[in-house]
Amino acid sequence: MKLQSDLSRVLGLGSARAGSHHWIHQRMTAIALIPLALWFVTALLTHMHDDVVDLTNWIRSPFVTVLLVSLIAAMFYHAKLGLQVVIEDYFHVEIVKVALLIAMKLACVFGALLGIVSVLKISFGMT
Amino acid sequence: MAGNPLSPHLQIYRPQLTSGMSIVHRITGIALSLGTLVLLYWLVAAAQGMEAYESAQRCIGSLPMQLLLVGWTFSFYYHLCNGIRHLLWDTGWGFELGTAYKTGYIAIGAAVAMTVLTWACVIAQGGAA
Repeated sequence: MKLQSDLSRVLGLGSARAGSHHWIHQRMTAIALIPLALWFVTALLTHMHDDVVDLTNWIRSPFVTVLLVSLIAAMFYHAKLGLQVVIEDYFHVEIVKVALLIAMKLACVFGALLGIVSVLKISFGMT
Repeated sequence: MAGNPLSPHLQIYRPQLTSGMSIVHRITGIALSLGTLVLLYWLVAAAQGMEAYESAQRCIGSLPMQLLLVGWTFSFYYHLCNGIRHLLWDTGWGFELGTAYKTGYIAIGAAVAMTVLTWACVIAQGGAA
C-alpha cells in the first residue's frame, strides 16, 4: 500500500527509504571507535617520545597499519555524520547550510585521505 | 518560515544535567573534529621525515598545545563515556529519570578520572612529545 498521494509520487516526495541509514552508520562507527580510539590513546602514551625511526618502525607492523587506517576511516566518517547533524540543526539559511555541508564533507574526505596516505607511505617504507 | 521561532525554546527551560550533557556532547564532538587536524599534522610530518617530525614534536610539545591537548583528552573521554551512554539508550535501557542522572554522573566522573590518569602518565614521562 502506498501512503503517498499521486501528486507526491510524481514529484518524487516522501520516503526515500534511506531514513535509518545515517542513524545506523553513526552507531556502527561509534562502536568501532570505542576499541580503536582507546587503543590509539594508549599507543600514543607509549610512543609519544619515539624518534621518527622508532615511530615509523612501529607503524610498519601490519596490525598497526590496518588499525590506524581503520581508525582514520571510522573517525572521519563519524565526524562527518556528527557535524552534518550540527550544521543541519543550527543553520537555517538554505544556501549557507548547503555550502557548509559541502565544505565539511569535502574536508572530511580530504582529511581521511591525507591521514591514510601518510600511514601507507610510512608503512610501505617510502619515507 | 523566515523569522519564526524554532524549537526547542532553550530560554524557557531550567538548565538540567541531562540537557547540559547533551549540549556538551555536541561541543566535544566539534572539538574532537577540529582536533583531528593536529593528528593529521603529526602523521603527515612523520611521513615526511626526520626534520618535519622533529619540528612537529616541538610544536605539539609547546605549552599552548599541551593545554589544548588536555582539553582534547577530556573531550575524547567525555564523548566516549557519554557515547556509550547513548548506545545503552539505543537498546532501550536507562531512560528512567533516576538512571539517566546516575549514568550521567558516572560518565562525567569517568571522563575526569581518565583524563587525570592519562595526564599523570604523560607528566610521569616528562610531558607530551
